[in-house]
Amino acid sequence: MESKLIAAKSEPLWNTNNKVISIVGALVVLLFTIPLFGLNSFYLHLFIMIFMHAVMAQSWNVIAGFSGQISLGHGAFFGIGAYATSFFYMQFGITPWISIFFGMFISAIFAVLIGIPMLRLSGHYFAIATLLIGISFQVVFQRWDLVGAASGLWVTMTPEDSWIALQFHSSKVPYYYVFLIFFLITFFVVWLLSRSKLGYRLRAVRDDPQAALSLCINVSNYKIIAYVISAMIMAPMGSLFAQYILIIDPDRVFNIEISIIVLLITVLGGIGNVWGPIIGASILIPISEYSRIYLGGTGGAVDLIFYGLILMIICIFRPNGLISLIPKDILERKKQR
Amino acid sequence: MKILSVENLSRSFGGIKANDNISFEVEQGSILGIIGPNGAGKSTLFDLITGYTKADNGKVKYFEKNIFGLSPDKISNLGIGRTFQKLKPFADQTLLENVMIGAFVKEQNIKEARDKALEIIDFVDLIEKRHHFAKELSTGQRKRLEMARAMAIEPKLLLMDEVTGGVDQKTIPGLVELIKKLKKTGVTIITIEHNINIIMEISDNVLALDQGKSIAFGPPKEIQKNKLVIDSYLGTFNAA
Repeated sequence: MESKLIAAKSEPLWNTNNKVISIVGALVVLLFTIPLFGLNSFYLHLFIMIFMHAVMAQSWNVIAGFSGQISLGHGAFFGIGAYATSFFYMQFGITPWISIFFGMFISAIFAVLIGIPMLRLSGHYFAIATLLIGISFQVVFQRWDLVGAASGLWVTMTPEDSWIALQFHSSKVPYYYVFLIFFLITFFVVWLLSRSKLGYRLRAVRDDPQAALSLCINVSNYKIIAYVISAMIMAPMGSLFAQYILIIDPDRVFNIEISIIVLLITVLGGIGNVWGPIIGASILIPISEYSRIYLGGTGGAVDLIFYGLILMIICIFRPNGLISLIPKDILERKKQR
Repeated sequence: MKILSVENLSRSFGGIKANDNISFEVEQGSILGIIGPNGAGKSTLFDLITGYTKADNGKVKYFEKNIFGLSPDKISNLGIGRTFQKLKPFADQTLLENVMIGAFVKEQNIKEARDKALEIIDFVDLIEKRHHFAKELSTGQRKRLEMARAMAIEPKLLLMDEVTGGVDQKTIPGLVELIKKLKKTGVTIITIEHNINIIMEISDNVLALDQGKSIAFGPPKEIQKNKLVIDSYLGTFNAA
């Protein structure tokens, strides 16, 4: 028995599957070199949207997948990030690189203020409450003159491309790299989180709050921590999106659709898994963008029909998301039976 | 030295008195067995001690510190671990991960928590199952998982709710031996058991409950002779 314990202790902490590391490494290199192949602006835009939505879904994955709280108003933090960057740039000339952090900070404060009362609710009640919170933000910003009310904010454009103002008019390539780097940083941070003490404790809260309490885990506090981290991941995407389109309004950045799509992406890819949002965004966003191209406008809502259809298929055949199609021994620790 | 003193602990649900003025004391390093028919208030008593249910009145002292009214996480942080009658493993996590979550109470570093969890898993004889998901384990193995997880917080007092309940006969002796082995580590144990043979075998003292009331408290041999206990609980056992 002693020898089995010694053998167990000598195992590596993580399943360092060399194939997975090689594939991920190759993909990262590929993503950095893609713009060099002279992609047209549509494809660059497509990748930018995939990166952005993957991060947004990763944000939702932290609160829903790791701590088990279904938030339906997560778009609020996207909107806060968008308005924070644009407002501070327009009013005080503060570079978006700094005001991104303002957006994160403000989102974190709202996450605490919302989380303290709301996270006492559980299950469907929390979901419904967050849905209303998301809508409330939209309504408030539609009537708030300081931030342009319903017309929103038209970000003052620089005459030329500017890294300081985070505005690029001649090419989408700089935006591509900015979103890519945020995407990679977020992925890495969430990957670390999932393997940290905090990650373990959040999963305990998700799986069984009662049992978590017996292990000295203050369930309410951990839910709030997850909510704050999640909000702080979401806000920078709002900030970058605002700099990308340079015009924001409540209907666009506080839209309920934002909260729904991050849910769909995560569920499609695999909830509670770091890879899930990436897989989900890589499938859903191209469907959405192509349907917009071929059907005009917002895609004639065909993208939404697709979403619904895909979701139904996933729920029936792959309730753990598309990630479950990947053989378990690749992503999980090998079991000794 | 008294590790736990319960004084006049009461809890009602509507008109039903689940626990009615329960008082008892537990010596450090001993095993207290709690017996009683279904609905006697045994699990409610565990919930009151560990803060999962708020008592209407009474006192719970742990090393002379009044812990009445504290939340379950604060109580467990003081060194009171527990298992559950209805098992609560973190089903989608491996056995090792389950125990590591407990180990993180004392260990900050992942490797230290992992190694400590492995030692405890080895202690409960499940080292070969460490990478199995909790949902894949048998009921007996899940009982061991819960014990291991509770031990990982390094409790001084461990409350175990029906460790041998719901398992097959062949599994019971192993679990009983594990409780005895656990006692040797110095942990004080309070255990709820329906199997009276086990209670008599392992306990230093026995508390008998019936309809929310404490009807007897003392060494197993005295409890076996107690008329109230025989009438309410042991009658069937003795007759059998």
